Amino acid sequence: MEIFGIPSQALFGQLLIGLINGSFYALLSLGLAVIFGLLNIINFTHGAQYMLGAFVAYLGLQHLGMNYWVALVVTPIVVGATGVLIERTMLKQLYKLDHLYGLLLTFGLALIIQGLFRHEFGSSGMPYPVPEVFKGAINTGFMFLPKYRAWVIVASLVVCLATWYVIERTKLGAYLRAATENPSLVQSFGINVPRMITLTYGFGVGLAALAGVMAAPIYQVNPTMGADLIIVVFAVVVIGGMGSIMGAIVTGFGLGLIEGLTKVFYPEASSTVIFVIMAIVLLIKPAGLFGTQK
Amino acid sequence: MVLAFSIAPIWVYPIFLMKVMCFALFACAFNLLLGFGGLLSFGHAMFLGSAGYASAHAAKVWGLNPEFAVLFGTLCSLVLAYVVGSLAIRRQGIYFAMITLALAQMIFFFSLQAPFTGGEDGIQSVPRGKLFGVIDLADNMNMYMFVFTIFILGFLFIWRVIHSPFGQILKAIREHQDRATSLGYDTDKFKLLAFVISGAIAGTAGATKSLVFQLASLTDVHWSMSGEVVLMTLVGGMGTLFGPVAGAAVIVSMQNYLAQLGAWVTIVQGVIFVVCVLAFRRGIIGEIANWIKKPL
Repeated sequence: MEIFGIPSQALFGQLLIGLINGSFYALLSLGLAVIFGLLNIINFTHGAQYMLGAFVAYLGLQHLGMNYWVALVVTPIVVGATGVLIERTMLKQLYKLDHLYGLLLTFGLALIIQGLFRHEFGSSGMPYPVPEVFKGAINTGFMFLPKYRAWVIVASLVVCLATWYVIERTKLGAYLRAATENPSLVQSFGINVPRMITLTYGFGVGLAALAGVMAAPIYQVNPTMGADLIIVVFAVVVIGGMGSIMGAIVTGFGLGLIEGLTKVFYPEASSTVIFVIMAIVLLIKPAGLFGTQK
Repeated sequence: MVLAFSIAPIWVYPIFLMKVMCFALFACAFNLLLGFGGLLSFGHAMFLGSAGYASAHAAKVWGLNPEFAVLFGTLCSLVLAYVVGSLAIRRQGIYFAMITLALAQMIFFFSLQAPFTGGEDGIQSVPRGKLFGVIDLADNMNMYMFVFTIFILGFLFIWRVIHSPFGQILKAIREHQDRATSLGYDTDKFKLLAFVISGAIAGTAGATKSLVFQLASLTDVHWSMSGEVVLMTLVGGMGTLFGPVAGAAVIVSMQNYLAQLGAWVTIVQGVIFVVCVLAFRRGIIGEIANWIKKPL
């Protein structure tokens, strides 16, 4: 079977890879958007924290026999806790200053974390086994769908939508949105805003770590896995605009798919297509597809 | 500073000094944008790197004289800066940084795949050629004087720009963009011009660097290079005239000493970043300037 002269097997295969990449773009840009909303900081450490997630899962498996499911729960908490520590000790001091300092600080932290892991583990990748339940593939008639990949797409969709629900539809989310608009007013209502900021950072970092654990069986666990990814995610964030949570999710998945399609039709451009789209979006709608310019 | 750089090659390895000067010019160009325009470009490596490729290509394939090769490299990054700048100034602050970073990554992938850049190998054994067809630059001291002249000219040019009415308006935009707009200045035009000047001079530095090392490679377009120039400026002192020169000297020497230690270079750079942001925001020259109460 062929579609547009491309074997359907190849087309759907690339679309699937695109969707997988899109899941990670969505999870990571969601975390960035949540953090940016409240802290006004672009978390450059996000890529390193994603890598950290994969490594905690890997090391946990090697040394403590921690299985995939435990890792899925424990890792975001552990890495999120380090995030809380970073916020309490360092980021907190920068809120009064220009936002650029937050970017520079987190960039420095990313260099430290990535450097330490590269020093310790070298730059070659380490394999992480696919959990037993998800071994094998489903034959859907038009292609073979590896079970684990299907799981990643579903799981990240669920996590994204749950985050959206919490922020847009619950009381906690309402506090959060209010604090984004006017922190001092919310504080005067007796809500502990500094603690909320800390926990939000922890949560955003936890999301990155969760993405890292999910990525471990697909890509290899490697100290530089987050470094280049984070730049693509930045472009995704610029395209979507950071104003809306749903925007981050939709743009993430959408761009993953477009990237996958580019791999089929014009493979040379697959690594640059997202940046080109970013340039076009900037020309047409500078605030981003879902953003509002302040 | 002029004196220091003109007598230093007696004691210090000239190639090392030329490296310092190339990076110092690069950092000065970057500082024009960040320190005086308040615009953090996180993709300045694209100008350094692409000008490096352009001048290496001009010198090696077209056999141009070194002065024209450098000029051609500068011109290429000027055009690139115009295109990138027009896009990036559509957003402000943190978005500006992310957009420049993303566009620089695009240039990186382009350099990786384009036929004339030599991919992973880069353009190797670029001839230094004869300056004006007469002076042989293969001799390190002649090359040194060539780089030295370019560096001083670039530095004086930046000094002139900063102290011109244009520089004053740029500072006004840094301090309060809306107010500058309300005074009737077309801020976007000024920001774009600053971006183009900065990108072009960064290109001059890159073009010179590729002649010095006879190599144009992917390292110069990679995002870590963009991070390094931020670090140099931060260490030396943002918004000071001499800061980036001091910062470049410190960072390049540090890399030289730590070169054998591999990943530690990255770690140390990260630590310097964190320390500077948390406790040392004025930088070396900024602290001195504050101490003697005079702008440097």
